[in-house]
Amino acid sequence: MTEAKPVKDNKHTIYICQGTGCVSGKSIEITEALSRAVTEMGLTGVKIDFTGCHGFCEQGPIGIVEPEGIFYTHVAVADVPEIVASHLRDGKPVERLYYKDPVTGQAIMYHKDIKFYSMQQRIILRNIGHINPERIEDYIATGGYESLRKVLKGMTPEQVIDELKRSGLRGRGGAGFSTGTKWEFCHNAKGDQKYMICNADEGDPGAFMDRSTMEGDPLTVIEGMTIAAYAIGASEGYIYIRAEYPLAVKRVRLALKQAEAKGFLGKNIMGSNFSLNIHVKEGAGAFVCGEETALMASIEGKRGMPRSRPPFPATSGLWGKPTTINNVKSLATVPVIIARGADWYAGIGTEKSKGTCVFALTGKIANSGLIEVPMGIQLRKIIYEIGGGIPGDKKFKAVQTGGPSGGCLPENYLDQSVDYESLTAAGSMMGSGGMVVMDEETCMVDVARYFLSFTQAESCGKCVPCRVGTKQMLDILERICRGEGRPEDTDLLQKLGEQIKAGSLCALGQTAPNPVLTTLRYFRDEYKAHIEEKRCPAKVCPRLISFYILPDKCQGCGICARECPAVAIVGGKRMVHVINQDKCVKCGTCLDVCPARFGAIVKVSGETIDVPAEPIPIKAEKPKASA
Amino acid sequence: MVTLAKDNLTKADVQDKLKEIFSHYTGDRQELIPVLQETQEKFRYLPAAAMREIARFLHIPESTVYGVSTFYAQFKLTPLGKKIIRMCRGTACHVRGAGKVLAEMEKQLGIKAGETTNDMEYTLETVACIGACALAPTMTIDNETYGKMTPKKVAEVLGDRSKAS
Repeated sequence: MTEAKPVKDNKHTIYICQGTGCVSGKSIEITEALSRAVTEMGLTGVKIDFTGCHGFCEQGPIGIVEPEGIFYTHVAVADVPEIVASHLRDGKPVERLYYKDPVTGQAIMYHKDIKFYSMQQRIILRNIGHINPERIEDYIATGGYESLRKVLKGMTPEQVIDELKRSGLRGRGGAGFSTGTKWEFCHNAKGDQKYMICNADEGDPGAFMDRSTMEGDPLTVIEGMTIAAYAIGASEGYIYIRAEYPLAVKRVRLALKQAEAKGFLGKNIMGSNFSLNIHVKEGAGAFVCGEETALMASIEGKRGMPRSRPPFPATSGLWGKPTTINNVKSLATVPVIIARGADWYAGIGTEKSKGTCVFALTGKIANSGLIEVPMGIQLRKIIYEIGGGIPGDKKFKAVQTGGPSGGCLPENYLDQSVDYESLTAAGSMMGSGGMVVMDEETCMVDVARYFLSFTQAESCGKCVPCRVGTKQMLDILERICRGEGRPEDTDLLQKLGEQIKAGSLCALGQTAPNPVLTTLRYFRDEYKAHIEEKRCPAKVCPRLISFYILPDKCQGCGICARECPAVAIVGGKRMVHVINQDKCVKCGTCLDVCPARFGAIVKVSGETIDVPAEPIPIKAEKPKASA
Repeated sequence: MVTLAKDNLTKADVQDKLKEIFSHYTGDRQELIPVLQETQEKFRYLPAAAMREIARFLHIPESTVYGVSTFYAQFKLTPLGKKIIRMCRGTACHVRGAGKVLAEMEKQLGIKAGETTNDMEYTLETVACIGACALAPTMTIDNETYGKMTPKKVAEVLGDRSKAS
């Protein structure tokens, strides 16, 4: 392992993001190209390094040049020679790679001036993007392991638990139970062996904060877990990670090895009487294993099916022993609470929801990415100020929080405070922190169908209401999307949804109907349009939409016919093209490729447009050539 | 209904590879999932003969091994294609049109998600989220990620498949 050189020895350090999003944008190749270019030009005092996810995946691959904090976006291998020659050698930053504000269009040079970052308050994500996640020295240099030292040298387990309780930290996995109280139950439970588990089985589609935390700052999770194990009296720990996150698995394993080598894990940690071993368990692709009892069954090598509680894991968990399970983000917060104190942490957020929360902001939003904001912030601020609003002048329709089991909130909830209680009251939930923005082109019935298709497929099959009920709900929704909905369907969905919520054992079944129930509550007219008028107002549901080529606009250019994947368009040179409605797969490619100055293709729902049945010679005048 | 592969592998065929895998474990039943994961890595699926040997090694019924193997999405009971295509069906991809891309992929390959082409070239899978939401809709072929997919780009990504059966 190469030792980190202190930054002050270098004129410049360029950090390239190697989170999953940027890696898929070839950031590893960019890092290598930078190293080669720096060597070839014989530059000294320049260091090439990498970090975990910066959270601003929309702008990736991302590079930051320190010490100035200059922020480069959409970096490509082809940009490397210019970055090295102009910036690192001649001191002239490459302006064309600056971030451009989606609202003002202004180019912004420094990381700290970008609204996406300046409006955030990063506690859990504090180190990510600033340290090399594969080097424990970087973590220590940011104050890492000071909290564990403080705990082991001068705090009893009871004092640690008390500190956590006073901080008001609530479980960030979604349920929002007091972390300190959870620890206290396990601490007080009788048992010769206790276990500490970190739940890193992040399965929500559209959520990647746990992944980014483990990839970008694995040691903060491990330190938090070590403190938790000390508080509850556990000598064995497990980190349960999805196998779909190979990079996170790799970095966590490496971090564990480095922590052991430094004496932060293993026997007599930091010279104390406290010992802890942490093992990594890889999940095997079952969403339900995010549920704590299912997760423990999986660690035991069984089918990951939830069981009824009580007994709670605090008294009878893994192999029947007292066990605490905490989410990645809860544990990543612990070292900060110990370092800065419960009062400081409790000063952030609302009365009942303390601290910060992390969201994966995605969907129809200008700035997709990972954000951390204080509890109590308004949805509007997240979407319009941090997120930069909705691209392409489209109208906001809904925001979905809480992953596939959350709810969809309409525009009049935008001034809603984001905290556990308010979101639940609105019919949604905090969940693990997915936040998907939808615009006028999103069909709410289709969205409800989509989420239910996910939870239905992931139902473990143990409880009848969940196993059979979600299937029935999905069948009804599919029917509605096909234009075969019946008048009684909305009431039936409502009733089924409520029964599934009441009759299921675990949170998966208890929350699976949420997307349907909230869309019924806030977007009932869209259901009505599908059922009564066989019309999809957002023009999404394929069976309910049609594409037509307007004979008075078509120029006979043939682009649509060439691009159509279904070969459903007929025409000819200077002929008005015609879409064969029986062959059309409703993919919308023709609409996308028809030159904007012609605008000859329309998408409609619930109506037919009178067009020729066969290609005819064009009548349309050529539009004036304009830019 | 999940069926076991109709391979003709026998105990003798799988024994050598399994012996090496078993050497990392003690034979406790809690090791079932990691053992299955390592076995799948070696064979690229779980051969029936291997599953029987695993049951013996961990002193558990064969039905338990089958039960766990069919519960988790990661485990495949039939051989996979040379290349694995994973189409993201995460939320961000969905609202940006992943469904149409998947439909086109299924059409071009002539298989449904979860199946393998007859020439054993491709296995098509869907995944919940690959965490590259800003590139939505996304897909991967083995370790290569393809972002901002469209139905039209499917053919480009697959290349010429006219020779395939």
